[in-house]
Amino acid sequence: MTGLELEALSVQNGAAPPLVSLTARIAPAEVLTIMGASGSGKSVLLAALTGTLPPGFHAGGRIVLNGVDVTRLPTRSRRIGLLFQDDVLFPHLSVGGNLGFGLPARVPDRAARIDAALTEAGLPGFADRDPATLSGGQRARVALLRTLLADPQALLLDEPFSRLDADLRVQIRGLVLDRARARGLPVILVTHDPEDARAAGGRVLSPMGQPIDV
Amino acid sequence: MTATGGLLRQVPRLTMGLLAVPVLAGTAGTLLPAFGVAGLVPGGPGLTAFHALWDWPGLAGAVWLSLVTGVASTVLALAISLGLVASLIGRRGFAGVQRLLSPLLSVPHAAAALGLAFLIAPSGWIARALSPWATGWTQPPDLLILNDPGGLALTFGLVAKETPFLLLMILAALPQTDAARRLTVAASLGYGRLAGFALTVLPALYAQVRLPVYAVLAYAMTSVEMALILGPSLPPSLSVQVTRWAMEPSLTGRGTAAAGALVQLALVAGVLGVWRAAETVVVRALRRAAASGRRGAGLDRIGQPVALACGLVPALALCAGLAGLAVWSVAGLWPFPDALPAGITWQTWTRAAPGLAQAAGTTLGLAVVSTAVALALVLAWLEAEHRFGPDSQTGAMWLLYLPLIVPQVAFLPGLQMLALSSGAAVGWGAVAAAHLIFVLPYVFLSLAAPYRAWDGRIAVLGAALGAGQGRVFWQLRLPMMLAPVLTAVAVGVAVSVGQYLPTLLIGGGRVETLTTEAVALSSGGNRRVIGAYALMQMALPACGFGLALALPRLIFANRRGVGAG
Repeated sequence: MTGLELEALSVQNGAAPPLVSLTARIAPAEVLTIMGASGSGKSVLLAALTGTLPPGFHAGGRIVLNGVDVTRLPTRSRRIGLLFQDDVLFPHLSVGGNLGFGLPARVPDRAARIDAALTEAGLPGFADRDPATLSGGQRARVALLRTLLADPQALLLDEPFSRLDADLRVQIRGLVLDRARARGLPVILVTHDPEDARAAGGRVLSPMGQPIDV
Repeated sequence: MTATGGLLRQVPRLTMGLLAVPVLAGTAGTLLPAFGVAGLVPGGPGLTAFHALWDWPGLAGAVWLSLVTGVASTVLALAISLGLVASLIGRRGFAGVQRLLSPLLSVPHAAAALGLAFLIAPSGWIARALSPWATGWTQPPDLLILNDPGGLALTFGLVAKETPFLLLMILAALPQTDAARRLTVAASLGYGRLAGFALTVLPALYAQVRLPVYAVLAYAMTSVEMALILGPSLPPSLSVQVTRWAMEPSLTGRGTAAAGALVQLALVAGVLGVWRAAETVVVRALRRAAASGRRGAGLDRIGQPVALACGLVPALALCAGLAGLAVWSVAGLWPFPDALPAGITWQTWTRAAPGLAQAAGTTLGLAVVSTAVALALVLAWLEAEHRFGPDSQTGAMWLLYLPLIVPQVAFLPGLQMLALSSGAAVGWGAVAAAHLIFVLPYVFLSLAAPYRAWDGRIAVLGAALGAGQGRVFWQLRLPMMLAPVLTAVAVGVAVSVGQYLPTLLIGGGRVETLTTEAVALSSGGNRRVIGAYALMQMALPACGFGLALALPRLIFANRRGVGAG
């Protein structure tokens, strides 16, 4: 069974009514968009998928990735790649250091791999650069590379384009979705922006599982 | 992983115990001999020790001195720092004040007191600058400006040293009070700066700085080294006299010291109680004032210049005093009333070099060991808090402040007696452990806010990239925290270097640091040697802060995104 399955995934804060209630299967290379205003269960859903729910919240149901139940696994073992709305590059590491952090330790020829990835992304020779000297678009691409080099089995996008200006946003969104499709990754995109949802081109649900028409 | 996780989880509680146990055991160790219970005092249980204390003719004067200098200096320091903040928020001078704070704070109490003493003494710089043209003095006048019986010099010294500390604590708490927006609202309603600050910001702000204020009050009432250098000697302040008794070789002296320490403890507890009650009264008055609708715009015209002047005078006096230490340490012949020495000589330094080097080595060793242990415990504490969620925070804050609020003279004599009677070797190690009790709270206070403010998404992202918690800590969090960690180290070193009473009492007078030597020399009157020791005492923490500023800039010279400092 390949792809990402959410089986009756629900999140509650104490005894309050659930903020999230979802059943969905996301096939490889498919994008599921979860849309809602801020304060709907979006951030809670993200936390449940990454395994970082704050104390007091608890998740029910199961998250199954390529046949493996990851619901109880720690974040590091889930193999779900993550892109935030900011790039969150590690400021104390060079661009190459950031990518090296993502690349699994067992991979040989690390410097060559990193250089190749940078070249392929249109950032040749950037390995020694300070992330703070990069443009917004360059930073977004480095963040994407870092996530992909960790060899994730699924991708989770937390409004990953919302801090970019309009032109750049279209460009980076296309890049991320193309790369995810090319690798056959199931993608969950969490956003409040119908434009993102339309561009993703898949089903659109609310955190409570209702279909939304964009 | 589970084993280390289990141990890490216990660190906050272990550390709190590490702070609380010595303070409480030391206080008990003071309590018992005071009543003759511990068998250390001849005559068995009873009130012999208290009889000896009552028989000391200086008792009333010493108690009064403690009370007046402590309360007056705390009220003044608090008023000055609040006035400065209210006057300067959002103005250009504010950043300058903030930059001045760390260097002023890093000056040890003893060095600050010695510098001030050199400045205001009858033969000090001020008298020299005014003589003989303005005063007519050709000899140092026979005036009790220094060590005056009313404790004015001591109060001034305490204000000069405690104002930077309170300012720093206020500045740290300010962001949580939404001060800028509240002041804008108040101003738009027609309130003056000071009135608007007092009515809209102060109530929230004071709740945040209450514990530091208590620590200042307790310190000011019981400081030993500043009182020795600046305070009167007949009678001295109570804490000074208690220290003298505690250092007496006879057991009777120790009993009297214990009884005196107990009186000092009761005195501090009583004043803290009255202070707490006064807080309620002030809050009520502020509420009434707010309801009255008086805008108090006229206050600013007098209040702001007064606050600025009152902030500036002690700071300038401190700087001039420290410069005086430096000049004396290289002074050749310097007769009164010349404003500057006739010549410069390195003779003092060359002669004092062996002693200085030895004392500096001991001082640095104690500082490095106590700060390293404190840093490891604090980092483990904060990391445990991050991973497992915090325990009760208010409880932890009170425990952190316990060693700073319970007077040193109240629990150190007890701790000294416990150490002696347990046969533990009182020496270097015991002194380092005693320093740890005071270094740890300051390291925690310095590091906690930046550590908690770290962007938690970085940990999530690191984990999503497959890193375990250990790797996230060592490769992401710690390197990114380099600047605040080094600042905390510098604070820890400064606190350890400045410790006088723990070094003297727990070391039994046999562990000689720059601080104990400088204070011991202060009674002798050789200004050149005192200047050299005090300057060295000041130089160690200053180097620490310098390195804490420079190293992150060097290491992350190529990383603009890492906040340096």
